[in-house]
Amino acid sequence: MAPRVGVLDLQGDVAEHVEALQRAGAETFRIKRVEQLADLDGLVIPGGESTAIGKLMTRYGFMDAIPREARRGMGVYGTCAGLILVATEIDGSSQPRLGLIDMVAKRNAFGRQRESFEIDLDLPELGKEPVRAVFIRAPYVGSVGPGVRVLARVGEKIVMASAGKHLVTAFHPELTEDPRVHRYFLDLLGKS
Amino acid sequence: MSKQEPNAGAQGTWRVKAGLAQMLKGGVIMDVTTPEQAKIAEEAGAVAVMALERVPADIRAAGGVARMADPTIITRIMESVTVPVMAKARIGHFVEAQILEALGADYIDESEVLTPADEEHHINKNKFKVPFVCGARNLGEALRRIGEGAAMVRTKGEPGTGNVVEAVRHLRTVMDEVRKLQTLDEDELMAEAKNLGAPYELLSEVKRLGRLPVVNFSAGGIATPADAALMMQLGADGIFVGSGIFKSRNPAARARAIVLATTHYNDPKVLAEVSKDLGEAMPGIEISKINQAEMMQTRGW
Repeated sequence: MAPRVGVLDLQGDVAEHVEALQRAGAETFRIKRVEQLADLDGLVIPGGESTAIGKLMTRYGFMDAIPREARRGMGVYGTCAGLILVATEIDGSSQPRLGLIDMVAKRNAFGRQRESFEIDLDLPELGKEPVRAVFIRAPYVGSVGPGVRVLARVGEKIVMASAGKHLVTAFHPELTEDPRVHRYFLDLLGKS
Repeated sequence: MSKQEPNAGAQGTWRVKAGLAQMLKGGVIMDVTTPEQAKIAEEAGAVAVMALERVPADIRAAGGVARMADPTIITRIMESVTVPVMAKARIGHFVEAQILEALGADYIDESEVLTPADEEHHINKNKFKVPFVCGARNLGEALRRIGEGAAMVRTKGEPGTGNVVEAVRHLRTVMDEVRKLQTLDEDELMAEAKNLGAPYELLSEVKRLGRLPVVNFSAGGIATPADAALMMQLGADGIFVGSGIFKSRNPAARARAIVLATTHYNDPKVLAEVSKDLGEAMPGIEISKINQAEMMQTRGW
């Protein structure tokens, strides 16, 4: 049976993630209210503005509901803004966060928009072909705690990591046609 | 685990430029003139701010030539918030755009709100690493701007009026023209490209996608949460609010309400809730009372 995966639909590139998840073989849902989380296998927090999404999440109860559903067994994949919101610590900020992966997120860490870039990223776990990784005013992971698996770096900067069923990428696989990163997330959801 | 050297990547690619606009979808971009206003906007949940010397309503009132803002204003606003900062250059004024790119602005709005510097040519936006957003009143205009390199479009409306009627007209026009394209036979595309004054390749892409190839926000006259939700229901990807926030009685509350209305645009109960107790909206202007020469939407070619 196809995994049931929601995309948090408060702000950001929701449609792109819905399409990417469908390409990877998931049944998808757009999530605007906490009640909709109840029977999901996974949830994607899309790219967007982390401050804007964070405020909307707080206002509509997602800051409590998502960790609760994660304890039930729901996996969470955060891209870019989503990476920041999933972290236990956000460097230089006290904004609310979900604290699902033991790591420090650094915002806008590659610079402003003119420094945004795309690059071929070798990800042996996903196959021989590199992944075209698009970084847009991207964050990175400064450091991780025990139990967190670092999957990719650009220079010394961690740009992809996982812990249990949770996954983060600083880049946007949903902006390319390559379904492998989303498929990797669906595989994580399948593990108990 | 893989490791890659930094700075080996490609900057300023189309995907990176259009991609930032995709990250702004479902959000509200607010005009601000001071770091204090920028912080209010960010606190309310704005996805980006537009750094200006004056909001459109004041530009309209002041008259004369409106130009790019003083770089000090833009820099101070960039230092005060973490959300992307956009800034406006005059239509065709590629040197103002070069200056904004050098300052590190995240997006440049080649805008009809400022006095055009060229009455024939827009900026060749493909030459820049920084992405551009441009105004459009119809599909042909939108595709001409995308052809010049714009990575985001906004329907123009009539800026600084607090009157949503022109924003509705322009978004409906674009959506109608996209829908009409779906019904055309492949053989009729070239004639339609000629009719619309649109590049054939882009028109062909719109037909294939069933939508514009870049993100399209609505702008020009949005003053209330209901206005924002109206434009979202009509098919906008997000909202620009110019004078509507800081020309109203209670900017912080109105900014927050417009953000919530943009997220929950399809939920009338939420819209009713967020529309309460906002204080007075900005004073509006009847479009027919505007002197033809003072219309901003007709600037751009």
